[in-house]
Amino acid sequence: MQKKYICINCPLSCDLTLTDENGVLSVAGNNCKRGEDYAVNEYRNPLRMLTTTVQLEHADTRLLPVISSDMIPKKLLRECLDILYGVSVQAPVQSGEIIYKNILNTGIDILSAKTVKE
Amino acid sequence: MRKAELVVIGGGPAGMAAAVKARELGIRDIILLERDSHLGGILQQCIHDGFGLHRFGKQLSGCSYAQIFIDEVRKGGIQVECNTMVLDITEEKVIRAANDEKGLMEIQAEVVILAMGCRERTRPQVRILGTRPAGVLTAGAVQRYINMEGWKPGTRAVILGSGDIGLIMARRMTLEGISVEGVYEVMENLGGLRRNKAQCLDDYQIPLHLSTTVVRVHGKRRLEGVTVAKVGADRKPISGTERYIPCDLLVLSVGLIPENELSRKAGIILDAVTKGPVVDDRMMTSIPGIFAAGNVGAVFDLVDYVSQTGEQAAMGAYQYLKEGQKEEAEQEVTAGKNVSFVFPQKFSPGREEKADFYLRVKKTMKNATVRVWCGEKMIYQKKTAFATPPEMVALQVPLAEAQEGPITIDVE
Repeated sequence: MQKKYICINCPLSCDLTLTDENGVLSVAGNNCKRGEDYAVNEYRNPLRMLTTTVQLEHADTRLLPVISSDMIPKKLLRECLDILYGVSVQAPVQSGEIIYKNILNTGIDILSAKTVKE
Repeated sequence: MRKAELVVIGGGPAGMAAAVKARELGIRDIILLERDSHLGGILQQCIHDGFGLHRFGKQLSGCSYAQIFIDEVRKGGIQVECNTMVLDITEEKVIRAANDEKGLMEIQAEVVILAMGCRERTRPQVRILGTRPAGVLTAGAVQRYINMEGWKPGTRAVILGSGDIGLIMARRMTLEGISVEGVYEVMENLGGLRRNKAQCLDDYQIPLHLSTTVVRVHGKRRLEGVTVAKVGADRKPISGTERYIPCDLLVLSVGLIPENELSRKAGIILDAVTKGPVVDDRMMTSIPGIFAAGNVGAVFDLVDYVSQTGEQAAMGAYQYLKEGQKEEAEQEVTAGKNVSFVFPQKFSPGREEKADFYLRVKKTMKNATVRVWCGEKMIYQKKTAFATPPEMVALQVPLAEAQEGPITIDVE
């Protein structure tokens, strides 16, 4: 089986082709090791940063931007978003403060991306 | 009249970096004027990550990047006036501004740094035919509505323009439950970065249609749909290729223009290509003591460089305050082969040891070399594995050998 990816590691944006022959993976089109690793990770368990907003109370803005402390499996993004839709935070809040701990048992926290005074 | 050593106009990344650096250099009396209710500029609505890799060695969200500078501005005790609209600047550096609390303010500045940023091109600038219903918005407006105001501006969207903001919004709208029918690009190439296409379109199976544009808008009060058509090499629609797409949101991501009404009123000379003030290697405009930083000068794609130009302008402002205006010979810096523009556009030979230049190439090139010429002599070269129009090239050029004559920069 073959899969095609665009490498996101650097501006070169190599067109990667990953081939899976009975579990043996090979990558073509990359110019460096990072491209190979990227394609293999994309095939096995793609990871993404999660950035979204949560509801904010007692502040002059309605939404608080948040970011995951590390990358989250791509297949869990939707479920994470659904959880965060239900979250409401009260100002004051500090940039980097944990807004939601260990989301979906991934070991990853959701952090505030902004400092908001009351 | 209120007097100040330095007035910075605009509290986005360029203005904040300029104010912070100016304070660090020892300029005491600084006023930062911002028309929004908070500092941060456009970064306030950039909740996605990918900012600050050059500067901080890690990928921050736009908001986190802004927060670092907001904290520095506060720590430096810089006077900030938010909700304040600057009405005009005179050649004598008198700034007229207004806000609710203080009414009309007049400030006599010794130096001014312009950091007003840029704004989006809108529908009339891309001439789409049809009715004028609600639901036709620029990508930045949609970004602000969704990320800051908490509004959902539609349910089914078509995006016109494949610049980075359009791509980022394709992903964001999808995550917020707006179905994105596709991205349409009049040119035959992607407008933004390929890695953004990978992460924002391919990840969510959003199709990209090149050489295709929106030719008509339908709907009386609310947008009901758009007609798209293929375009030929002349970028004119090809008859018979029209397709109707029902949608209630048309998102325009069709380019940015530096915001220079104030500069124009002050009589500052603007560059026809960058649409921003012509500046020298200290970021000084054609009016001595008025400097420009960030997107007001030329549209950048990385905020790291925007902050850097803010700091350069602050250093220029500091030198100017210390030495006053000196009579110095100026030479042009021009775009050579395959280069669409170089910023800054001037330098003074023999003044600085090195200068930072930013340029955009005209076409995508692999294994290219950037060559800097002073007259017939090559004074600097740099190899680059890849150069592409959406990605600005930044160079630090030693000027020791650029004693006379204009500079030309080629990429091939």
